[in-house]
Amino acid sequence: MLLQTSALSRHFAGLVAVDRVDLAIPQGGIHAVIGPNGAGKTTLFNLISGLATPTAGQISFAGQDITLLPADRRAQAGMARTFQNIRVFATMSVLDNALTGLHARLSASLPAIIARLPGFRRAERDAIARAQAALALVGLQDRAYTQAGALAYGDQRRLEIARAMAGGPRLLLLDEPAAGMNPAERAALATLIRAIAAQGTTVLLVEHDMPFVMGLSDSVTVLNFGRRIFAGPPGAARQDPGVIEAYIGHKAAVRLAGQAP
Amino acid sequence: MLAQQLLNGLLLGATYALFALGFTLMFGVLRVVNLTYGFYFTAGAFLALWLTQAGAPLFLALPAAAIASGLIATLLDWLLLTRLRRAGADELASLMVTLGAVLALYAGMTAWLGPDIRRLPPGLIAAGALEAFGLRITLAQILILAACALLVGLLLWLMRGTRLGLAIRAMAERPDTAALMGIATARLAALVSFVSGALAGAGGVLIGLNFNAIHPYMGESMMLRGFVVIVVGGLGNIFGALVAGLLLGIIEVLTAGYISSGLKEAVAFALLVLVLWTRPAGLFGTTLARKA
Amino acid sequence: MAWFDDLLFTYQNLAVALGVNGLLALSMYVVLAVGQLSLGQAAFMGLGAYSSALMSLQLGWPFWAVLPLSCVVPVLFALAVGGPTLRLNGVYLAIATIGLGEVLRGVYLNVDVLGGAMGLSGIPEAAPLWLIYAMLALAVLVLWQVGKSGIGRAMEAMRLDETAALSMGVNIRRYRLATLCASAVLAGLAGALSAHSTDFIGPNDFGFEPAVTILSFALLGGIGSPFAPVLGAWLLTLLPEVLRPLADVRLVMNGAVIVVAVLFLPRGLLAWRMPRHVRPGRAA
Ligand SMILES: Nc1ncnc2c1ncn2[C@@H]1O[C@H](COP(=O)(O)OP(=O)(O)OP(=O)(O)O)[C@@H](O)[C@H]1O
Ligand SMILES: [Mg+2]
Repeated sequence: MLLQTSALSRHFAGLVAVDRVDLAIPQGGIHAVIGPNGAGKTTLFNLISGLATPTAGQISFAGQDITLLPADRRAQAGMARTFQNIRVFATMSVLDNALTGLHARLSASLPAIIARLPGFRRAERDAIARAQAALALVGLQDRAYTQAGALAYGDQRRLEIARAMAGGPRLLLLDEPAAGMNPAERAALATLIRAIAAQGTTVLLVEHDMPFVMGLSDSVTVLNFGRRIFAGPPGAARQDPGVIEAYIGHKAAVRLAGQAP
Repeated sequence: MLAQQLLNGLLLGATYALFALGFTLMFGVLRVVNLTYGFYFTAGAFLALWLTQAGAPLFLALPAAAIASGLIATLLDWLLLTRLRRAGADELASLMVTLGAVLALYAGMTAWLGPDIRRLPPGLIAAGALEAFGLRITLAQILILAACALLVGLLLWLMRGTRLGLAIRAMAERPDTAALMGIATARLAALVSFVSGALAGAGGVLIGLNFNAIHPYMGESMMLRGFVVIVVGGLGNIFGALVAGLLLGIIEVLTAGYISSGLKEAVAFALLVLVLWTRPAGLFGTTLARKA
Repeated sequence: MAWFDDLLFTYQNLAVALGVNGLLALSMYVVLAVGQLSLGQAAFMGLGAYSSALMSLQLGWPFWAVLPLSCVVPVLFALAVGGPTLRLNGVYLAIATIGLGEVLRGVYLNVDVLGGAMGLSGIPEAAPLWLIYAMLALAVLVLWQVGKSGIGRAMEAMRLDETAALSMGVNIRRYRLATLCASAVLAGLAGALSAHSTDFIGPNDFGFEPAVTILSFALLGGIGSPFAPVLGAWLLTLLPEVLRPLADVRLVMNGAVIVVAVLFLPRGLLAWRMPRHVRPGRAA
């Protein structure tokens, strides 16, 4: 397993946002976490990426226990993420945004930087090439010198993906990448996510939108009120009574069950 | 000897608490560490000085100075902070604006009035002192203690026992939601500024009376202590400010008595730094929830 | 020729002040560049000034040995207080650093060997003017080179969005501590240089008002490049010299500058930002 959580919990003053969640994400493929509003999906991502500390439970990544590892070290270990509310560096250029994704890979010494030694120049050239490649992946290669805040909403979302991908992560966490997109943009996004998975990066994504997830992912984990209520292939999720109930409410589920032939 | 020192410490502490009440209220509601606060303290003291020099009795000069300080506070809040509040600027921007403003205000006042220490007209308040069990307490000190107790009680009642207090607390929690619920946040902000400024002004009058030394920078040295009080008490915590103020007064008096009078400020700030290091939200505070 | 000596004397002081204030503005710039409002620059300057003065006066060490050591002292102080202090955010950090400055001022006032309220005088005027400007130029150069590198990028990212920067692998703690130390070096240097060009230092040279004044330098200039804060410092140092009436209200001006800069000029006078990459010419 590339990523594994066991009995992972996070409490907020009386509220259990993530409740003893077990997650097992194998190397490769596209995996989804879905659930209604407030189910704890973002909190789960924050726990995995190290932005929140668990109240209980363990997380391991690539065979290493990372429960206590700070977020920056997790990024260095090959984890990258995007945010539900866009968090590009608005006043930096698009290229600089992508370059921050390579931060963990740049390791020039201070003297080399100050004296502009050849090692530094080479590393910088290299990094720019990788950042450009990441921008090309999401189709932003022509906007490299634009200020990131000036990009359209959808482009900013794609820039976040490029920034996360620039460092060549093993695991990419996408928090509602399709939020606010129209159907055409969603289709393009699905293609992009498939391309990323095809490059060998494992993708774990959060979505509200069932149809988007169903066609895309290899496995689905469903959260409701912080608890994992389902884990398995997408087809089975659609049939699962617990999932249906969580999504459309108890009464509607009973009614649906009654109407079923 | 120790008992007298503890009493003196308590009295000094009451002045600190009195000063810090409005300061912590301002932070608690408006989410701004408003450094111009010390200026309202100076302003109150000077206004009372001028009024009493013109022959006004203390029981008129005190409320007049407090109200005028409150108005100055409302005006400055409007001039300096509404723009930032509307733009949703971060708290550091407000801190810097008030930092700059207060420097300009003190320095301007010094340039205008000179740095001399002024004294209130004699006989404003009966000079007598109460002596009992070998302890001595002056009338001005009793006035401060009474004012401190009264104002803490009033503030707590206002915040916890009235609809207005409820609206103020709603605004402190979630300004955006409060606005949606039809609470006129701009008017409330003005009101809170007024109340805080008036508290500072009243504090300036009373403390000026106690030490009988009024000068432009009196607010600044008080301000630095105000930091200690509101941080140790927990930013925005009225009751915490009271306890921390008393504690600080006692510590300062004991430091001066048993170690060295020159070190009392350093000890106060060492306390501040230690509390910040170990309990960033203050001794009586809870950390503000931060959104990830 | 007395008037000429007078003139030289006046402008000598001004020239020293310009160089020293430039260094102080850079010391502020470094922490603002990572989005931190730490107001300990005057305190660091005081540590540099006092420690260098002591080494000269009490130990009789030569200036070339004193100068580097006087940067070490503030850095050691930064390292000692940095761990717990840098965990603080926003206003708490600002308040804590003001508090630390006041603690130090209390120490200067109360330790006999530091001269108490009288301060220290008779410090040898051993700092040549060219050295001050050489240090300033070196500091600008280093900050320019670092600012344009990946380190500068990470610093900017931290300032714009700490959470996002953290998720990109930026070690926030280390960057905060490193910038605090850099700030301490620059301010300590400024302190030692100014102590050794004016022969007198006192505890009030390093209190609350100097701390705020240093902030006004950086806010007026802006933090788009290391030139900007130096420009701010020079303007605010020169203005009272050129417009004599301003000299009496120098602090009023400094305070008002902060207000105006934050409200109306959030990017400073020199809003130009140093380019990290030049857009390549049209592709062939
Ligand atoms: N920092 C916090 N402090 C207190 N409560 C929080 C915090 N973060 C999240 N919560 C609560 O935890 C629960 C789960 O929130 P979370 O953001 O993880 O849900 P989500 O599944 O991502 O929802 P959405 O689909 O709306 O993004 C919610 O009830 C939320 O209010
Ligand atoms: Mg979410």
